[in-house]
Order: sequence, then structure tokens, then C-alpha cells
Amino acid sequence: MAEFIAYLIAGIATGAIYALAAIGFTLVWQTSQTINFAQGEFVMLPAVLVLLAIKLFGAPIWLGALIGIAAFILIFGAGFKLAVVDPMIRHGVLPLAIATMALSIIMKEGAKDAFSAEAQNFPSFVPTETISVLGASISLQHVAIIIVAFAVIGLLQWFVGSTRLGRQMQATAQNPTVARILGIPVERMVLLTFVINAALAVVASVLISPIYLAKFSNGEVIGLFAFIAAIVGGFNQVRGALVGGLLVGIVDSLAAAYISASYRLAVPLILLVVIILLKPEGLMGRKEERRV
Amino acid sequence: MTAPATHGSATPRQSRIAALPASVDGILVTLVLGAVILWFAPVGMGRYGTYVLSLWLVMSIAVMGLNLTLGYAGLKSLAQAAFMGLGAYATALLTGKLGMNWYAAFAISGLITFAVGLLLGFPALRVQAHYLAFVTLAFSTLIWLILRNEQWLTGGVFGLSNIPRPSVFGLKLDGALAFHRFVVVVTFILAIALWWMIRSPWGRAFMALRENPVRAASLGVDTRMYTLLAFAIGSAYAGFAGALYAPLVEFIDPSPFSLSQSFFLLLMVVAGGSGYLLGPFIGALLGVVLPEWLRVVGSLYLIVFATIVMLLLIACPQGVSGLLERGWAKLTGKNNLAKTGAR
Amino acid sequence: MGQVLEVSNIHKAFGGIKAVNGVSFGVNEGEILGIIGPNGCGKSTLFNCILGQLEPSEGSVKLDGKEVTGMRPSELNRLGVSRTFQLLQVFPELSVRENLILAGQEHEGTMLSRFFGRRDAGLSEKADKMIGFFKLGHLVDAKAGGLSYGQQKLLDAAMAFMAGPRLVLLDEPAGGVNLTMLGDLKERLRAINAEQGATFVVIEHNMDFVMSLCTRVLVLAEGKVLAEGSPAEVRANPQVIEAYLGH
Repeated sequence: MAEFIAYLIAGIATGAIYALAAIGFTLVWQTSQTINFAQGEFVMLPAVLVLLAIKLFGAPIWLGALIGIAAFILIFGAGFKLAVVDPMIRHGVLPLAIATMALSIIMKEGAKDAFSAEAQNFPSFVPTETISVLGASISLQHVAIIIVAFAVIGLLQWFVGSTRLGRQMQATAQNPTVARILGIPVERMVLLTFVINAALAVVASVLISPIYLAKFSNGEVIGLFAFIAAIVGGFNQVRGALVGGLLVGIVDSLAAAYISASYRLAVPLILLVVIILLKPEGLMGRKEERRV
Repeated sequence: MTAPATHGSATPRQSRIAALPASVDGILVTLVLGAVILWFAPVGMGRYGTYVLSLWLVMSIAVMGLNLTLGYAGLKSLAQAAFMGLGAYATALLTGKLGMNWYAAFAISGLITFAVGLLLGFPALRVQAHYLAFVTLAFSTLIWLILRNEQWLTGGVFGLSNIPRPSVFGLKLDGALAFHRFVVVVTFILAIALWWMIRSPWGRAFMALRENPVRAASLGVDTRMYTLLAFAIGSAYAGFAGALYAPLVEFIDPSPFSLSQSFFLLLMVVAGGSGYLLGPFIGALLGVVLPEWLRVVGSLYLIVFATIVMLLLIACPQGVSGLLERGWAKLTGKNNLAKTGAR
Repeated sequence: MGQVLEVSNIHKAFGGIKAVNGVSFGVNEGEILGIIGPNGCGKSTLFNCILGQLEPSEGSVKLDGKEVTGMRPSELNRLGVSRTFQLLQVFPELSVRENLILAGQEHEGTMLSRFFGRRDAGLSEKADKMIGFFKLGHLVDAKAGGLSYGQQKLLDAAMAFMAGPRLVLLDEPAGGVNLTMLGDLKERLRAINAEQGATFVVIEHNMDFVMSLCTRVLVLAEGKVLAEGSPAEVRANPQVIEAYLGH
């Protein structure tokens, strides 16, 4: 039982990371029809940039973190939207999706060539100790991840639900045409979702890298699971992405412990296929009608 | 869907289909000429040069299949490399371990990948076309896991070696040149089969799927059947490519069949020109042959290639084939942009 | 004069909103039935329920007395039911002739014969005849995407008739078409109705078009049948006038 609780906590922690990535993925999809196949690399890169800034400028950690994060949000939040999405979306959803695949290759190979092919330590902001709760040894890092991730998601929910800007963004996500008629600056709102996506990726990256280390190939699994989380939860729902992320994280953690370490990846994949077969609109999604 | 308001009523552009008799023969002639040239090309090129040419053709087959799925029918498959792996491992195991003859293994590889394509496509396409991307993404990762973990069967990360090469009329094709010529013939046959399919009513139905599936269904086109066929045949081409790949490299491990390789194959389709019959050869040339020749650039090549594809997507989503077409139109001074190819 | 189409008690709701709320009507062989009604009265949803694009929440559709409810659009089409859409739906990358061949190719032969057989499925001549009939002869080889709006509208209609359907459902055929072409279209529809005995159901906002083309008119309002009768009867019906002016 104690063991189970420990695995559960670990699962919720990684699940919260997947949820952060999945929420960003969903936001960007809603406002601009962008299926971002580079989402995993978005989570991989900020940690690498932070370490790179420290290495290149000999900067202290806090300054390195600031430079790395600012650079990332600028380039992969606003820059991504302006340089990739805007010129591409007029050709349709498919070329854009393929462009994000190209982007994922560029980010991954770029991180490998410019930074390192090996995994690098990433500083943790909480002690790497474990505490004992009811006989289960729980990692403080996991607890910190859960607290921070939920705080960030809560903040996002508050922003979207209770601020003027957030509501404008939500309106844009739901119906850009109507939003435009209502005088909402739709273009700026779309840009805002891209910046939020990049910021969420930064949070996820900073939280997960002390555990997974910073490595160019980290994005593969994170991206895959964020993708699965978004679909399992319901492709167009922020709430769904949260539920999906947690579910995938827990399933992954328990599968690794109790089923097979070498097939841990397979279990969330099977979850995905089952959902597509039984409830294709996702756990929290609403059924979409066939439309003409 | 989008109704072009009032423009272009005076001189509508010529349709490429109308010009098909000319352009189709052009494609056929190119294929025949290409096969002849490639038959003799490696003479004096050495083992390695010949190998690269053969590799180009084998990858072209996989890209051709994906071009059918993506370029003609507009379906996103993220498992082309996994299907290729399925074919490669099936062939390696059947010929290497069971001693089956290559032709039977080739056919079985195609059948397996075709059947798996149907099996994956059916539930996914029941929902919505873009669910195929999700299901193939999952499938791709599953295959990779199996290839890596089931050591007793696949050799795990150490892979399989001692894959025998086929023989023709009792003649073993162990030399690089002999095997290259064999690859040329198989590639030619598969390319001709695809050429025939695209110009048959099937091809018209595939393109209708890409452009407007709802309208196509209302005209009696069994969209579910054609969608499944396009995906399963496209996947079978990956299986065929794998069946040639295994004896070509004579050693296989899981790495060339990973998800990122599937992405890479998609980029090759787009780079060459999706929806153009000859596009895959150009795409594979850029993606496979060029990096082999530009060894100096090393792993940077991937970045360069991906960047080129992104720029192409912005400037000319029809890829290099589209660029060539534009260039040709400029040269001849005619506005026959829409004349050749399939887009 | 049997009933070709029999629609009974169709219901369709989206979320909580009832778009179609118990519509029943029959269509006799050879007639041209018009369906009119204010925006949002459920006309297009009704069409989509009849044609298998949407599954009705309740009710049934019979073709020649045979139950076809929920059948897929492609199957229905091969049974001889054809349609056009409210928005233009041609294949812009294909030529005019290719568009028409596509509209006919699935009605003959088998999958195998469509693979190994003739490239045009033996339909070139028929397609050209149809193109001529709709006065698009000079555009046979042009890309459909390059045609004017009105020409595309004619092509759209021609595609619906290519396979010689028994029943054709036209969703706002006159929308956005200029006056000259409107006359052409009406004339073509009448000719096909008279010569081939095809039965039509037409949704339309253009009152003049409906009243002069149709033999019988059905008025929908708020998802229900409000009135039914000859054009003259419907025009004089006070409820109908109320429904239109009330909106």
C-alpha cells in the first residue's frame, strides 16, 4: 500500500507535467488550428537554453534562467506564431502540422549539436530528499511539482475565467468570427495563447528537468504523452487536458511499477486506442456531430 | 467550400487533367528513362556509390506509398517508417531464420502491412480523418517498443544480421551492382503500378477524398472504402520498401523505424512535392542521397533539410516539383501552372 | 404516380436546441416539391437527416417504401438519390469533365473494373453531353476552381444529375446566381424533370424561383410543417405571411 501511494504520487507529478504541455497544446489548437507536433520539444528546450546561457555567459543560475526563459518565450511563443504559423496557415492545417514536425527535428537536432548529446544535470529548486508519509517515502520534488503545476493551472483558469483579457481569449478560442465582430483583437489574442503555451512549456521544463535531466531527446516521450493526454481528455477542452494528463501520468507510473518497465510506454498508448474506440470525443469532450 | 467570388471567369486556367494524355506520357517516359539510366549508372561508381543509389530507390518506394496516403488522399499517417520496419523484419526473419525465398517474403511483407493498415484505419477513420494521425502515432511507438524489447524475435537493439539477398533464376545477387539492378526493376514495377492506379478512376476518387470528402460521398464515392484502400496500399508500399531494405543493408536494428523517421519520411513527401507522382524520388534524393554525399555536414544536415522543408512550405507548398513546374511555366511563358503533376 | 420519398416524424436536436421537430411529408414521382421557410427553420438539417449526413434523433425515411434511415450518403446516392449543397461543392483541382466523370464513375462496374478498366470509366461522352446541356461546353477542360461562381453552380447541379438519379434534393440552387443564369438553371431543371422524369425537392429562399418552378410547396417554421399546398395556396395562406413577416 505504501509503495502504491508512492507510485501514485509520482504518477500525479509526471501527470501534472503532461497536463501543462497538453493544456498549451489544446489552447494553440483551439485558437489557430495548429497541431503542434513539436510540443514535446517545447518542454525539452527551455532547460537546455537555461544551461546554455549559464555555460555561454558564465552567468549565475538566476540570470541564466532569466535569459534562457525569456529567449524561449520570445522565440517559441511569439516567434513561432509570427514566423511559422501565420505564413503557413493560409495553405491549410496539413502543411502547418508538417511544418511543426520539421520544427521538432530542428529543435531536437539543434539542442544536440549546440548543447550536448548527453544528459546534463539541471539544478533543482527544492531539496532532493524524500519524506515519509504513512510509511510511504515520497519525493519532495514530486510534491513541489504537484504544488507548482496546480498553482499554475489554477492561475490560468482564473485568468481565463475572471479577467477581461482572459475572457476575450476564451471567446476567440470558441468562435473567432464572432469574437472579431465583438471588437476583440483576435490576432493579439491568438498571439497571447502562443505566449501562454511557451510559458507553460517553460514551467513544465523547469519542473521536470531536475528529475529527467536536460537532454535533447526528452521531448519525444513528453510530446507523445501530452498528445495522448489531450486526446484522451477531449481534444478541445482545457479541463480535459488536465484530466487526461493526470490519467496518463498515473497509468504510466503504475504500469512501470506493476506491469513491465520495458513496456511502460505501451500502456498509455493502449489507453489512447481504447478511448478512440469507445469514446472518441474524449473523456470530457462533447460529441461532435457529423456536419456538412 | 470557399467559393471564389467572381474572379477568373474570363479565362479559366487549363486543367492538368485535361492535359493528362501529354503529361502522363511524360511521367511514363521519365520512369522508363530513369530506370534505364539507373540500370547503368553505378558502373564504375564503386560499392558505396552503388549502395547509396539503391538506398535512394528503396526509400523512394516508402515515400511513394506515403505520397499516395498523404499527397493524393490527404490522410496523415505517422507510421510509414514503422510499416517499413514491419516489412524489413518480416523479410529478415522469413528469409534469414526460416530460409523462405525472398519473393514469398516480399509478398508476405506487403500483405502484412496492408492488413495492419486496414486494421488500424478502420477504427480510426470511423471517427474522423485526423484520428488516423493519433492512431498511427501510437502504432509507431508500439512497433518500436516491440522491435527493441522482444530480443528472442527481433534481436533487440543488436538487431538482425546475415540477411540473405534474393536470387534471380538461380543467380545469387550478392554483388552490389547485381542487387542494385534488381532494386531498379522492383522500384520500376511498383512505380508503374502506382502510376496506373493514380490515372484510373481510383486516383480520381482519392483526389476527391482529399479535396472534399463530403461532396464525394454524396456522389456515390464510398469514402470509407477508398480512404482505407489509400492508407492500406500506402502502408503496403512501406512494407515492400522494408522487404528490399533488409537484404540491401544486410543488417537491421530498430533505429531507422522510429517515430522521428516517420516524420522524416513525411518531410520527404512534402519536399519532393506531395501529390506529384515523381515527387517522392526528388524528396528521397534530398533526404537520403544528399546527406550521404555531403558527409562533411554531418548531423547538421537534418537541421538544414528540415529548414529547407519549412521554407518550401511557406513559399511553395507543392515542394520542389511545384517549383520546377513554376520554373517551366516561366520558361515556356505559358500560364499552364496547373497542367502537369497532380496538383 | 407512387411516392418516391416518404419522410415521417423526423426529429433532430443539437444539444438542447430542436432544429427539426417532427416533420413528415411525402414526395410523389415526377413532382417538383419546394421547401421554404425563414432562416433557421431547419430546412438544411432536414435535408441532412434525409440524406444520411446526420442521424435523425427520431423518425424514418423511406425510399420507394423501403426503409433507408441512417444509410450512408454514398449508399443512398447509388440508390438514385442525389443532392447539391447550400455552399458550392465542386472539386476545384479537377477539370469540369473530370468533375462529372467522378460524379458518375461509382455507379457502374465494380472496384476491380474501376482499377483495371478505362481511365474515364467510359463516361467521357456522357459527361460532355451533360456539360453541353448545362451550357458549359466551352469550359470542358478548364479547372473547376477557375470558373465563375455562377458557372460553378451550374457544374454543381450538373454533377448531381450525371448518374441519372430518380430523386434530386437541391439546397438553395439559386443562391448567389445572377438573373440570366437563374433563367438557364430553371429551364435546365424543368427539362430534366420533364424528359427524364426525375423528381425534385428544392430548398430555396428566392420566392419567385420557387413559385415558378415548383408544383407543390411545403412551408417549415421552427422545425415543423406550417403549411402545404400549391404555390398559389401557400402564397395566400395567412399563417405563412405571418411567419415571414414576423421574422
